[in-house]
Amino acid sequence: MGKGKRKVPGLNQSSTADISFILLIFFLVTTSMDVDSGLARRLPEWDPNAIEQEMTIKERNIMTVQVNKNNEIHVKNGVINRVIDISELKDIAKEFIANPDNNPSLPVIEEYNIEDYGVVYTTIKHVISLQTDRTTNYEIYFQVQHELSKAYTELRDAWARQNFGKELSKCDEKTEQPVARAVYASKISEAEPKQYGTAQ
Amino acid sequence: MPELNTSSLPDLIFTVLFFFMMVTSMREVEVKVQVKTPNGTTEIEKLERKSLVSHIYIGPPSKSYRAALGAAPRIQLNENFAEPEAIREFVIAERESMFEKDKPLMKMSLKIDKGVQMGIVTDVKQELRKAKALNIVYSAGIDKSQMK
Repeated sequence: MGKGKRKVPGLNQSSTADISFILLIFFLVTTSMDVDSGLARRLPEWDPNAIEQEMTIKERNIMTVQVNKNNEIHVKNGVINRVIDISELKDIAKEFIANPDNNPSLPVIEEYNIEDYGVVYTTIKHVISLQTDRTTNYEIYFQVQHELSKAYTELRDAWARQNFGKELSKCDEKTEQPVARAVYASKISEAEPKQYGTAQ
Repeated sequence: MPELNTSSLPDLIFTVLFFFMMVTSMREVEVKVQVKTPNGTTEIEKLERKSLVSHIYIGPPSKSYRAALGAAPRIQLNENFAEPEAIREFVIAERESMFEKDKPLMKMSLKIDKGVQMGIVTDVKQELRKAKALNIVYSAGIDKSQMK
């Protein structure tokens, strides 16, 4: 052996296709196709007759969040009536929505029957009225919406922990999450209620 | 053992690659307004199914259109600038292009610039309500540095 010309054996290329396949899949998975994300909301139904309808809401059940043209956030409910900083909003909203101490100036806690679950006690009649000026900055408005949304999520989370023993995201999507959502249903109204009831 | 002829395999993979390229909707419209969306943290959801989402852009026109249109915020639907009144038609057209079972799930993604004032946003929202497109998403990025 030794001196004679040796034939170079052909490389086995049958796996190159697999390698490129893996590459293809890798790129498919890692390429972020500019995933859109955002804060989901649901608009109220448009009903031209509803404009005439007068909403009567007990004063203790309503919290107005007003963002004026100077982008100041003014909050008014049974216990607070002043301009606040955005960082305070979440806790104020949480206290208002849950009314943990059964404060008579905050929303009424009532019996509420949830289908397939049973009776819970919650402030089902509370309303957060969000009012903006036409010149309010959108980012401030967005942050207010975000903080209010956070308040609801945290309350639902706490409720789920108490009643299901786990956080909301770990609860069953079909059965448990809707219950927690119903207990603290988001009641953000952007229409201006025309008349407040005077009953305390 | 006879070797497999693998010379056509790369072609095959190319075909698959092309298939994926065509299936993924890369329909990216040219955005004619400057939009820098606000950032949120925990409440921001990802929009899973792109086929359900329609976009409405609101912001000041980008530089090349600034001379003709000024700097006041404008609404962009598809490729064109539009008035709020055109939204209803836009919604109807978008709804028509969807599968029947998906129609109630339609989502409007509002890509609104941070600096815009609420007036134009309110107008758009009213038009969306009239058009019965009630599921909206305020498009926003996720600010990971602010997450706990």
